[in-house]
Order: sequence, then C-alpha cells, then structure tokens
Amino acid sequence: MKNVSFLIDVTKCIGCRSCQVACKQWNQLAGEKTVNTGTHQNPPILSAKTWTLIKFDEFEKEEGVNWFFTKIGCMHCEHPGCVSVCPVGALEKTETGAVIYHDDKCIGCRYCMMGCPFRIPTFEWDKALPYIRKCTFCYDRLSEGEMPACAKACPTGAITFGDRDELIQEGKKRIESKPEKYNPHLYGEKEVGGTSVLYVAPKDADFASLGFPVLGERALPTWTHNALKFVPGQIVVVGALMSAFYWLTKRKMKNKAEPEEVKHDE
Amino acid sequence: MTNKKDKVFGTGSIVLLVLIGLALIVALIRYFFGLGAISNLSDAYPWGIWISFDLLCGVALAAGAFVTAAAVHIFGGETMKPLLRPAILTGFLGYILVVLALLVDLGQYYRIWHLTIYWNLHSPLFEVGWCVMLYLTVLALEFAPMALERYKLQAPLKILKRISIVLIIAGIVLSTMHQSSLGTMFLIMPEKLHPLWHTPILPVLFLTSAIAVGIAMVIFESTISMRVFKREPETVAQGKLAIGLPWVLAIYFIMKIADLAVQGDLGLIFEGSTASYLFILEMIIGVIIPFFIFLSKGVRQSTKAMFNGSIFVIAGLVLNRFNVSLFGIKAPATASYFPHLMEIMITVGIVSAGIMAYYLIARYFPVFSEEH
Repeated sequence: MKNVSFLIDVTKCIGCRSCQVACKQWNQLAGEKTVNTGTHQNPPILSAKTWTLIKFDEFEKEEGVNWFFTKIGCMHCEHPGCVSVCPVGALEKTETGAVIYHDDKCIGCRYCMMGCPFRIPTFEWDKALPYIRKCTFCYDRLSEGEMPACAKACPTGAITFGDRDELIQEGKKRIESKPEKYNPHLYGEKEVGGTSVLYVAPKDADFASLGFPVLGERALPTWTHNALKFVPGQIVVVGALMSAFYWLTKRKMKNKAEPEEVKHDE
Repeated sequence: MTNKKDKVFGTGSIVLLVLIGLALIVALIRYFFGLGAISNLSDAYPWGIWISFDLLCGVALAAGAFVTAAAVHIFGGETMKPLLRPAILTGFLGYILVVLALLVDLGQYYRIWHLTIYWNLHSPLFEVGWCVMLYLTVLALEFAPMALERYKLQAPLKILKRISIVLIIAGIVLSTMHQSSLGTMFLIMPEKLHPLWHTPILPVLFLTSAIAVGIAMVIFESTISMRVFKREPETVAQGKLAIGLPWVLAIYFIMKIADLAVQGDLGLIFEGSTASYLFILEMIIGVIIPFFIFLSKGVRQSTKAMFNGSIFVIAGLVLNRFNVSLFGIKAPATASYFPHLMEIMITVGIVSAGIMAYYLIARYFPVFSEEH
C-alpha cells in the first residue's frame, strides 16, 4: 500500500461512536467531563483527549428530519499545512501518508494549529509542559501491519481503509452508481491539494452544512513557499544595496570633508 | 547622563515594579498549572494577545533600530545621530521582551533553542526565529559600546568600531528578512484570514509598515525620554528622520489599494462587515491621517506635533497587526476570545520591564551622548 487512506461514507454511519471509543482505548486517552449541549455529540469538540469524534447534525426536511453522523479528525493532507509551518519539523508526513507528531522536537508554538485549514491539532492547555495532540492514523498500528483502531471498530463499513488511489476510485464508483443517494462531491480528493481522508456524503447534505470548510484546490504550503523563495535573493540584494549606498555616502562625505578633516584631527 | 540628585525610584518606578512583580506571579502560575490556567486561549484561538501584541507589534515597534542605523550610517544622515543610540537601546530591549513573552507563550518554552538543531526551511517561523536570534546578537553588539564606554574598556571598543558597519548591514538584512517573514506566516491561512488582509504581498506590506512605525517609534521614544530626563529636544534630528515617513506611508497605501484592486476585492472595504470597519479604521488612523500630518513642514519643525503624529502611526500599526493575526481570522462560530486578565497582566508586566530597563540604562549609560 503506497498511501494509506480512509473513505468515510456518511450515508453508512449509524452514529454508534465505536470508532471514537476505539480511538480512546488504543491511544489510551483520558475521559473528559462534558456537558449536555442538547445533542448526542459528546464531547462537543475535538481536544487533546479526543482525537476523533462523531458529529451529529439534524436538518429539517419536508417531512421529519435528516440526521447525519460524520466522523471528524485529522485529514492527513497530501501537502499538510501543519508540517510545512512547524519551525522545528515536529510534524511529519510519513512515507505511509500518515501525518505524525514528534513530542521530542515540539516547542509548543501552536503554529500548526493556525496552519491547519481543518482546525485539527489540539493543545494540552491544562498541562505545565503541553504537547500538540491529534490523530496519528494509528501510525504504531500501521507499522505492525494493522489497520487503524477506528476503522477496525466500525461495524457498518462506514470507514473503509485502503490505498488512496483505490479509495478515490471506490468513492467515485459509489457516487456514480447511486446518484440518487450520494452528493456528487468526493470531499478530500482535491481540497487543499488532496487529503488522505476522503468523504462521500448523502445527496441531501452538502459538505458545508456538515461543518466541512469550503476550501480551494491549491496546496496551502505553496502560499508560504512562494514568499520564502525570495528570501535568499532578498539577502543578496539588500546586503549589496546597503553596501553600495554606504560606499557612495562615505565617498561623498570624504570628498566634501577632506579639507576640513585635517584641521579636526588632533 | 542625568542629574544625580533625582530619586532613582520615583512613584512611576514603583508602579512599574509592582506590575513586573504581578506578571512574575502570573508566570509562575503558568509554569505550574499550564496556559489554560492564566489565559482564555483555546483550540479555537491558539494565538491571542501575546502573539498579536508582544510578538507582532513588539518586533515591528522595535524596527526603529535598523531604520535609524540605515539613515545615519548607510545614507549619511549625520544629523540624526543623536537618535541612534536610544533607537538601538529600544530595539535591543524590544527584542528581549519578545523573547520573554515567548518564554511564557511557548508550551515547551525551555526548548526555544530547538530551532538551532531541528530545521524546517519551509517554515516562515523558522526563518523568523533564526533572524530574531541573530539580530538580537547584532543588537547586543551594537549596544555594547554604551556599556564599554561606561567602564572605559578601550580594547573591545576598538574591535567593535572596526566591525560596526558589518554589524549595521547585517542588522538591516536580518530586519528586512524577518519583518517581512512575519507577514509570510499568515499566508498559510488563505481560507481563514479575511481577504482584506490575506494577500501574497503581505510580507512586503509588513516590512513597509514596520519601516513607517520604526520611524514613528524613534520620534515617540526620543520625545518621552527627553521629557523624563529633562533634555533638550532633538527636533532637528526628529524632523530629518520624519521626512521619509509620509512617503513610506504613501507607498504602503498605494500597494495596499492597488493589491486589493488587482485581486478584485476593493468592494470588500465597503461591505459593512466588522472586518471592513476595522480595515477602514486601520487605514485612516495609521496611514491617511499621519501621511498628511508628516507631510507638513511645520509639523516636522515641532517635536510636539511630530510626537502626536507618531501616535497615529503606532496605533494604526497595532490595529493592523491585531487585524491580521486575530480580528481578521475566522474562528468556529461557537468559540470566542477575549484575553484573560492574567494574559493582559503578562503583557503589561513585560512592557513595564522594558520601560524600567530603558530608564535605568539611559540613566547610567551614555545613551544620549557618545563619549570620546
């Protein structure tokens, strides 16, 4: 398998949260005190102790309501913003495709959180020496040839684990074969240059209303790279210009001040 | 230096010391109980006033050091020389304060040196970090003559004098690099940052506004220290430095408006959203009003008028950096952020420490006059 990936089928998710529990168990994440916010979504948001979460969305339709369950978590971008902005390279896009985090390098600047278009990395706000926390695609399981805990736990096949290229084909096949069931958009195929977590959604739910950011196809790191590539030239040009102006000024002053300077020198 | 009969620690100093003490207590709470205990920062708002004010404004406001050094030593503005040492001191202290703030803000603050061993050349923050480290060294060496003269250490003074132009050019290069790269940092979030501020030329805009505010800060700081130390106003030097200011602001204005026009975003200025009002406010306060103020020759002959004008540039710059790093950034609808009292206390304490340090150094070291 070249590039690990999930295809998450929102139409197949029944909101059982087995994935959420499996993630907590495998990664040994502590429980959280939460409050009832009026939905089954619990805890309400991702945190350093909850790396994946089922979102519960209710939409009124002509008769009754539509109830959708969406698993959210790290998208493991093809060109991750977090990896590109981390000043010390604490985040890494591994060869498997998983985006992982190295505790031992991190300085805790939280630029990765700002640089993530999906707002996935979380921070241990309650710790004296906090780290960034997020889904690792169960990198430790991958290296043992096991599939991630969430995918293993899913009872309905809403999380398909596999190679990214194959899952793109699979997603497209599902959309094409049942256009009356599926939204035509395969989310993650092209967003921000492609993500390793792909979504297909029901026909009557668009991704924006399910809480997904509306993103362009341009890979985010290209924005910063395009500016940073001028830096070496900037060093040379500014350095040379300043030296040249200094030389000119000095010569001008020398010419002007020469007769007087003799008198001033002791 | 100053009249030795003055009390060193007047009421002002005591207030500053109390504020510094309070910030130290808050910092202790942070070191034992984490950032959540003293701040309203959250996963929705990972960056707050420490980044917007202490880092972004702090670095920009410290730009006076490189701007004045260039004016005096590169472009031969000898008349501005009396402003140079105070500007270098302000810059030096400013960058130290930035690092102090980061030592509170960074989760793993004791690993701030990791930049030296773990490199990510693709990160704008990596470049900023390295530039700040190197420039802090340059500023320390540019400040050193003041300390060396005080203790009459001739040998190292001679060496520093010989390499001074190298230091000055290095300081200018490093400054243009990181002042612009602070803007580059926000390019990674095209969908989060409002299009009134997100533009590929953000680094150029950051550098230009830093040059403008650098000039304004030198005028601001030299006027205050003149009053505190009861010295003759440096009106001529200030006026000379201020000549360039309206043109830097004009260039900024033209670039900003032209860029919005090219992107087809001019209409956003008048869309009536909070962002649009903040943008208009920022441009009027920080760019348009001070452009006209400093364009007047009469203003440039009056320290008081220039001081008042400099406040506009500084206020506009502060608003701009908050707009880019906080107000203009989309956060989840359910989340909100207003700095916790203790977050503000850290910032206030750090600024107080800067003022206190400036006061003491200016009192005991030859900051206002070069001794021969």
